[in-house]
Amino acid sequence: MAGNTADKIQGGVLGWVDARFPLSQLWNEHLAQYHAPKNFNFWYYFGSLALLVLVIQIVTGIFLTMFFKPDAELAFASVEYIMRDVEWGWLIRYMHSTGASFFFVVVYLHMFRALLYGSYKKPRELIWIFGVLIYIVLMAEAFAGYLLPWGQMSYWGAQVIVNLFATIPYIGPDLVTWIRGDFLLSDATLTRFFALHVIALPLVLLLLIVAHIIALHEVGSNNPDGVEIKANKDENGVPRDGIRFHPYYTVKDLVGVGVFLIAFFAVVFFAPEMGGLFLKPANMIPADPLVTPDLIPPVWYFTSFYSVLRAVPDPFLGVVAMGAAVVILFFVPWIDRNPVKSIRYRSSAHKLNLAVFVVTFVFLGYLGLQQVTALYGELTLRFAVMYFLFFWLLWFHSKERSAVFTLVSFVLLVGIYSFYDYTRFDPANAQLLLTAWLLPTAYLFVTMVVPLFARSLGRDRPVPERVTA
Amino acid sequence: MKPLIVILSLTVLAMGPVSLQAAGPSVPLDRVAVDVTDQAALQRGARLYFNYCIGCHSVQYMRYNRVGRDLGLTENQVIESMIFTTDEEGELTGPGALITNAMTPEYGEEAFGVEPPDLTLVARVRGEDWLYTFLRSFYLDDARPLGVNNVVYENVGMPNPLWELQGWQEKQVGTNGEARLRVVEAGSMSGPEFDRAIRDLVTFLSYLGEPMQIERQRIGMYVLAFLFVFLGLAYLLKKEYWKDVH
Repeated sequence: MAGNTADKIQGGVLGWVDARFPLSQLWNEHLAQYHAPKNFNFWYYFGSLALLVLVIQIVTGIFLTMFFKPDAELAFASVEYIMRDVEWGWLIRYMHSTGASFFFVVVYLHMFRALLYGSYKKPRELIWIFGVLIYIVLMAEAFAGYLLPWGQMSYWGAQVIVNLFATIPYIGPDLVTWIRGDFLLSDATLTRFFALHVIALPLVLLLLIVAHIIALHEVGSNNPDGVEIKANKDENGVPRDGIRFHPYYTVKDLVGVGVFLIAFFAVVFFAPEMGGLFLKPANMIPADPLVTPDLIPPVWYFTSFYSVLRAVPDPFLGVVAMGAAVVILFFVPWIDRNPVKSIRYRSSAHKLNLAVFVVTFVFLGYLGLQQVTALYGELTLRFAVMYFLFFWLLWFHSKERSAVFTLVSFVLLVGIYSFYDYTRFDPANAQLLLTAWLLPTAYLFVTMVVPLFARSLGRDRPVPERVTA
Repeated sequence: MKPLIVILSLTVLAMGPVSLQAAGPSVPLDRVAVDVTDQAALQRGARLYFNYCIGCHSVQYMRYNRVGRDLGLTENQVIESMIFTTDEEGELTGPGALITNAMTPEYGEEAFGVEPPDLTLVARVRGEDWLYTFLRSFYLDDARPLGVNNVVYENVGMPNPLWELQGWQEKQVGTNGEARLRVVEAGSMSGPEFDRAIRDLVTFLSYLGEPMQIERQRIGMYVLAFLFVFLGLAYLLKKEYWKDVH
């Protein structure tokens, strides 16, 4: 009897709410009755972890906003005030600065998961597009936030990035003045970046994340086998290979949260500067418009794209190349037309292509942090070319190509950059140039031409009917 | 994975010889190991700072009483040995104030060519090894307006405030072309004594850069211990729930 009464009261309150707001419906559709494939692996933790980092950033951000002064005269000192005088201020601040870097770690791994298992393919193209939008807004959010401490790197890093817009023909210089709100980076820039960082961009980010999740729950999750679990339902209309998100994945994600927080707080408490990667020493000097630092590298999460920019000698074309390196991500669902989603059943050539892409992206990131030397400049150029070649190969591997098409396109591609090498050939750097030339050429040769002779390398494998355990 | 490893090793091989050219100070830095938990060393470093440095270099993000508390000094000790300035009313600056000095930027620029920088965060900007080497690397140089130069920071505007302790050094060029400094006029401290004094000073500067660093690591141990327990429980919970998933 007691149980009955309790049920009634609970049902009563819940019923009252449900009659006015679809609380139970939302709970069921997105958690309790949302069926996710049962074979998620390691790579599937990063979606929920990205949400966790978002919460960390918002909560710590709110507390920082209470003490931070968005004023060029006061900003730097107010950060040190937070670090020294505000109770637990240092912890909140380190969580926020570490959280920014971890956000990108998690998001990069999350995006790589989509590349591994073809999660951007039909019917999930919109999820991917919302995701790329989230990534771009996140970059803008991080960029705006990085200016706020008003240190030397904040100031000069923003100077470099904002000035990229000045390379745009005709409107560039006026556009930059409009962005800065002044003729140089100043208090006006700081206050507007503050507004963007604490309200405008987070709002957009939240809306996009909601859209990302709604789109995901509309079509259902992909999985490491790339098999559509909705194609195989039991008599109740429940996918046979699906399990309820809650409680199964909520408890599983808790394990991911545990591992993540250990890594996160290990950095927060024991290496908040992360050897200068997360917090740069030069940013401990207040911004000085009259003193330019020797080296102004962006924060690590931008450096891959920064390298693409530096690979091109012409400033405006460099900006275009950098923009293209980001924008091309939107088209991935239509570049990779191979019906096989998961890398498990894709050809060895495609697997190699993805592996090289990871190396390319990481090396571009590393090079973007370094001073340009002859060797680094050359490598940057080659890796930038390889960055774009990845997308060509992604399209190329959409189906088996004929020998003629393969050879002609191979010669054409190699010819294009070899011609560029010819125009800048100089006996003084011949050895470096020729050695570096081997990088993209070997990459194309192994992923395109070799499978012509070893057919099994270029062949996809049959996809199973049901997910494997 | 194999092709990945091959490409990685190829690229690393190609980069090998160049990574040695990484930018940095022109002279090799002497290594120093500082222990910010050593309160006696911090107190000795603070004494040096407030006797020799504070006149030019403020610590404007730090408060007197915070230093006092962290270094185990009483408020009276703080007032007597650290505070040399007055507030707007002409009263001695209170112990809760930020650590500033009487030097104006204009005066600094006039005297030294450049405003002496605030040193609250200098250890985080330059690193401890740099500071340790820099402070021991002044030498006599008639070409400079103040008669001294520094091998770590060429043509620095700063005089050697610690000459009483270290004495005066001269620069000689070694057999391999490297700069070598030799004391030509002794100060009140021997070489090793002076090195220890500078280590204390660098310890204090390191503390100033991040006064919560000891507390941070102490709390971090508890947080990580808690998280490992949490992870264990989460794992058991997951295992229990997933029993019925086949």
